[in-house]
Amino acid sequence: MTKSTETRVPVNEITVAKRTDASIAVVGNPNSGKSTLFNRLTGLKQRIGNYPGVTVERHIGTLKTETATLELVDLPGTHSLSAHSLEEHIAVDVIFGRMEGTRAPDGILAVLDATNLYQGLFLVQQLVELELPMIVALTMTDAAEKSGIQIDTAELSALLGVPVYPVVATTGTGLNLLRSALADIKQVTPPRRIRVWPALSEAASQLAENASEPLRFAELERLLIDGATDSNQVIVGKLSDAARSKLAGVRSELFESEPPIARDARIRYAWVRGVLDKVQKSAPAYVSWRSRITDFVNRPVPGTIGLFLVMAIVFQAVFAWATPMMDAIDAGSSALGAAVFERLGDTAFSSLIADGVIAGVGSVVIFLPQIMILFLFIILLEDSGYLARAAYLMDRTMRSVGLSGQSIIPMISSFACAVPGIMATRVIPNRRDRISTIMAAPFMTCSARLPIYALLIAAFVPATNVGILNLQGLVLFGLYLFGIVMGILTALLMRKTTLRGPKPPFALMLPEFRRPNLQTVGIQLLGRAKVFLKRAGTVIFAVAVIIWALAYFPRSDEIPSGLDANSAAAVQMEQSWLGRAGKVIEPVFEPLGWDWRVSSAVIAGFPAREVVIAVLGTVYAVGDDADEGTLSTRLKSATRPDGSKVFTLPMVIGLLIFYACCLQCVATLAIIRRETNTWRWPIFAWTYMTVIGYVGALLAFQLGSA
Amino acid sequence: MATNGSTLATLKRGQKGIIRAVNAADPQVQRLMVLGLVEGTEVEHASSAIGGDPMEFRLFGCGISLRQEHAQHFHVAPVAAGD
Repeated sequence: MTKSTETRVPVNEITVAKRTDASIAVVGNPNSGKSTLFNRLTGLKQRIGNYPGVTVERHIGTLKTETATLELVDLPGTHSLSAHSLEEHIAVDVIFGRMEGTRAPDGILAVLDATNLYQGLFLVQQLVELELPMIVALTMTDAAEKSGIQIDTAELSALLGVPVYPVVATTGTGLNLLRSALADIKQVTPPRRIRVWPALSEAASQLAENASEPLRFAELERLLIDGATDSNQVIVGKLSDAARSKLAGVRSELFESEPPIARDARIRYAWVRGVLDKVQKSAPAYVSWRSRITDFVNRPVPGTIGLFLVMAIVFQAVFAWATPMMDAIDAGSSALGAAVFERLGDTAFSSLIADGVIAGVGSVVIFLPQIMILFLFIILLEDSGYLARAAYLMDRTMRSVGLSGQSIIPMISSFACAVPGIMATRVIPNRRDRISTIMAAPFMTCSARLPIYALLIAAFVPATNVGILNLQGLVLFGLYLFGIVMGILTALLMRKTTLRGPKPPFALMLPEFRRPNLQTVGIQLLGRAKVFLKRAGTVIFAVAVIIWALAYFPRSDEIPSGLDANSAAAVQMEQSWLGRAGKVIEPVFEPLGWDWRVSSAVIAGFPAREVVIAVLGTVYAVGDDADEGTLSTRLKSATRPDGSKVFTLPMVIGLLIFYACCLQCVATLAIIRRETNTWRWPIFAWTYMTVIGYVGALLAFQLGSA
Repeated sequence: MATNGSTLATLKRGQKGIIRAVNAADPQVQRLMVLGLVEGTEVEHASSAIGGDPMEFRLFGCGISLRQEHAQHFHVAPVAAGD
């Protein structure tokens, strides 16, 4: 047997055999059609991860051609190699090969939007200076043609010194040529540097003298423009001592008092305008459906009304379409649980499987329909270019509460569910704005709060009319309003205290409306679902099993045998760890008018607030008429040992306020952790919201009962 | 300056102008320059949100929205209609 081990192929050799032939960075402006092209080239052969230490997603895909296996890295969109946002810093670091855990690119696939050559060429010209093998994909050539733009690709290619491939990513036109060009990218001669800014090149060559290792011109030029920033320290470290001491002097001589970024923009855009004169001809454009839509939403009032209509439709769809699916998942997991008990009998193991594992997985999966539907809309709105316009229209309003227009979509989405709402905060580039929005989002009345509101309002708010309005409906509306006010106050508070800072820059690109590509939408949607199930699912699942164990153990033999199933469950609940915890913690909640039953239901609701209804159903299921009475009549008749009612109006109002505020949702906590990359924010959000809920309920009960 | 005090913020809706001078001291203005709002570029005021702020400008087919407080740093020479 020992001899056979010699023939075993070591694992690392297998990976060597499968290694990729070249790593290609896909670089382009935001909205240049870069991701559509990337998805089109790699299909489902993608890995989504995170760059180390940050929440920016890394998309790596594989492109197999007949001759080569290529690794494509879809970089965040950027306008310039002088990075401004976190996303741009990451794009630039990967391009320069200084991103930890990501291969330095062997070549660049520059994505140039044919309908926006102006900004596109500004970036492409900087990429040319990288002296790496490079290919330009000219995307959206169909849209350019339709709007009357004619581009001389041969001339463009000659001026850039780079092969240019016109493609239409949505239909696949030109992709085969591009694929075979990419397969041979290592044979492409790096472009000659274009003499756009001779003074900068001379200054760069001064710095390059006597360097300890060869330095790239592009990096030196960025060092001159951006100065010795943190990300530029790598280059500073490679300079010779003489060059390092000269750096400040060379910079001030080059720029004098002009801001370097401004000089960079002035010089390069002047060059771009010259190129455009040579390669681009604009014929008179015919009026397309796009420009008609654009004209309509461009008027302030119709645009704003249109935005509210769109959001109403999205909100309605998330509610109406998701409910049947969520009911089906709920029914499915209940049926599955019942089947487990039927097969395995009533044992601890079957309870773990049914009430712990199946119910736990169910409580994760139940969010999927809402997430998928909301993200379907968000992706459609984003890819069609409407999301940017919504942010633009709402900017002024959101600014009055210390946020920017980009917060509107996450906030409105959170009415359905805070989880996709918080995931949608990625569109906000400013970190302070983003975290303020994340902290405000969970206050929006989500669909999990609705069943609790519905139960308590139906049971305790009289169905009388106030004018033409129904009092129950009015209370429900009041609770929605309360959530909005609390969210806005929270955002204001955050921006005034811990997240105080300069007003975020607001330079938003407003792309033309375009028809989203279904394949890209599908791939993005699947990616979102995977991320949610993998990252949030693990945490939610673990907590669900813990709560199950607390309610199940310790088992007791003292449950009288003559009881029906409901009463036996109630007795078990009372002497379980959960029931005991409810009793231990009762004094804390006593000032709110809660007895141990409500207290243990609230504890059990920690992983997911809607669980509180199920637990209330169990703990109040005592007595012979338990089966006949609905939960609301049982709650109405619930009494304390001294005979007084538990659910008085002040106590119910307090409970409603508590549920309007507190963050009883592990899914939300897990997603805040994921999106902020620290436990600090979820812990803060939970504590902050629970304290507010407690104080609100305390005030309501004490003032109401006095 | 030969721009009669016109800035991007004073352009009427539908009006075009050529940027003549940019007061680039503010880093947020520099950011807008990176997006292509530099001297010599022709821009059109395409729309405003309710209340006239922020404003949308078109240059070479791309739309950029900016707030009035930033728009006033871009001095323009208005282009007569019909040009």
